[in-house]
Amino acid sequence: MNALGELYQQLIIDHNRTPRNFGSLEDANRFAAGDNPLCGDRIKLYLKVADDVIQEIRFEGSGCAISQASASLMTTAVRGKSLAEALNLFNAFHGMVTSPPDALPNSKALGKLAAFGGVRAFPARVKCANLAWHTLRAALQGEPQAVSTE
Amino acid sequence: MTTVRSPERRLAAEGQRAGWDVERVRRDFPLLARPVNGRRLVYLDNAATAQKPRPVLEALTRFYSEYNANVHRAVYTLSEQATAAYEGARAKVQRFLGAAEAREIVFVRGTTEAINLVAQSFVRPRLTPGDEVVITAMEHHSNIVPWQIVCRERGARLRVAPMNRAGELLLDQYAALLSARTKFVSVVHVSNSLGTINPVPEMIRLAHARGIPVLVDGAQAVPHGPVDVRQMDCDFYAFSGHKAYGPTGIGVLYGRAGLLEDMPPYQGGGDMIRSVTFEETTYAPVPAKFEAGTPNIAGVIGLGAAVDYLRALDWDQIAAHEAELLSYASDAVASVPGARLIGTAARKAAVVSFVVDGVHAHDVGTILDQEGVAVRTGHHCTQPVMDFFGVPATARASFALYNGRDDVEALAKALVRVRQVFAA
Repeated sequence: MNALGELYQQLIIDHNRTPRNFGSLEDANRFAAGDNPLCGDRIKLYLKVADDVIQEIRFEGSGCAISQASASLMTTAVRGKSLAEALNLFNAFHGMVTSPPDALPNSKALGKLAAFGGVRAFPARVKCANLAWHTLRAALQGEPQAVSTE
Repeated sequence: MTTVRSPERRLAAEGQRAGWDVERVRRDFPLLARPVNGRRLVYLDNAATAQKPRPVLEALTRFYSEYNANVHRAVYTLSEQATAAYEGARAKVQRFLGAAEAREIVFVRGTTEAINLVAQSFVRPRLTPGDEVVITAMEHHSNIVPWQIVCRERGARLRVAPMNRAGELLLDQYAALLSARTKFVSVVHVSNSLGTINPVPEMIRLAHARGIPVLVDGAQAVPHGPVDVRQMDCDFYAFSGHKAYGPTGIGVLYGRAGLLEDMPPYQGGGDMIRSVTFEETTYAPVPAKFEAGTPNIAGVIGLGAAVDYLRALDWDQIAAHEAELLSYASDAVASVPGARLIGTAARKAAVVSFVVDGVHAHDVGTILDQEGVAVRTGHHCTQPVMDFFGVPATARASFALYNGRDDVEALAKALVRVRQVFAA
């Protein structure tokens, strides 16, 4: 597959077109916003955390396909996970998108999230893939003020 | 200035197509020969910065390799040569803008610094609570934020002249905003994100009728054709060298000599003084008063070379060529399913901003880049314009004198690829 095909994989196009867990969450007890003002990607993340587990997660946002698909896939990946597991996923995802383009993703840890490996060939787009994850980390660490990956 | 007024004019432009030799002018720009992602570079981000012709590159190299020295200081040969080239470039810019005197040309870093200089040095001391500064709805952030800063500080109010859905200024509403409270007007000549050419001579006439001085932001106008500040009758005019085929980091503030003389310095330091003691300093006359510190000597000399290059060109031919490109590109983009033009003013420079339904501008930009086509994506430092049109961002193809129909065709082909990727 060429670089463009690696970037815009079917899974990413699909999650951009039909985002999962989209909307707000009335009984959320964790919240954070993410914003890349230069490119205009925006994410709001609502979480319900109980017994150290992410019981429910939803997001609202607008922006490029990479940023929105990343947020959508992230919500499906961390729902039902413990906070420690979610932070491990953050590290695995962050490690992948910031590694050299030829490094093999840790697909065992990442599962479907490995689809974002294609972003490594497009340095200007890494921040788009990362925004939702940094917003998640801020929410879990109780820092609701807007984060940015620019 | 590229203008599309009527079908008759468009036809005239087509007739002159053979007049402007794109292939020949491209040979003046070494960068255009490089491939990108295995394809011919199609550079359509000229509103952000233009590529540089060989005479500009050679002027920079010659300065650094043959007569690099500081200006206005020493008595040795090198410094005299550097000073002569530096002041020679000022005279070239004076002629280029049709200014009355060389001392009306102040060298600054770019349009942004020029506007900040006028805001801080000319307007700030004249503002009292309740006063107003008038701008338009299509300003670049650099012609919004400097006025917000001084207005907030002085308790003054920033008023915004509105535009219509085509991106055209509503002249009667602009006129209605001007009042005894208006202390300054600052307007963009050509909009960077919409391409609109504003009727600045009329806007200036309306302001002057009430004794209000006017600054014109010419960053996007100068690259598209000759500007005459005396004919336009503006009080200040600002532009950036790098958008006009010159180096980055150098720009020009034109100001009427009488106004510049009355203004306090913007920055203090070397080169802007007549004499200094610890008790008192007398300032140098204009323009040195506004050029504290060692200036961007190479940038000024490079800008002088760019001005020489531009003055030697046939601007009637270029205007016809760019008008034809604008019309061709607008039709090509509009024919892409789901694509919509943002900015459809009757008087437009060769700037085509657009959105594609269901595809964010950044995804458009990434896919076009894979096809060798460089466009700008984002809000173009005009967030209020994006808000007005209800879009987060646009993709923008902006054309220059070295672009041709082949560039438009490459853009159209790459846009088909965008549809393919997102239809998957």
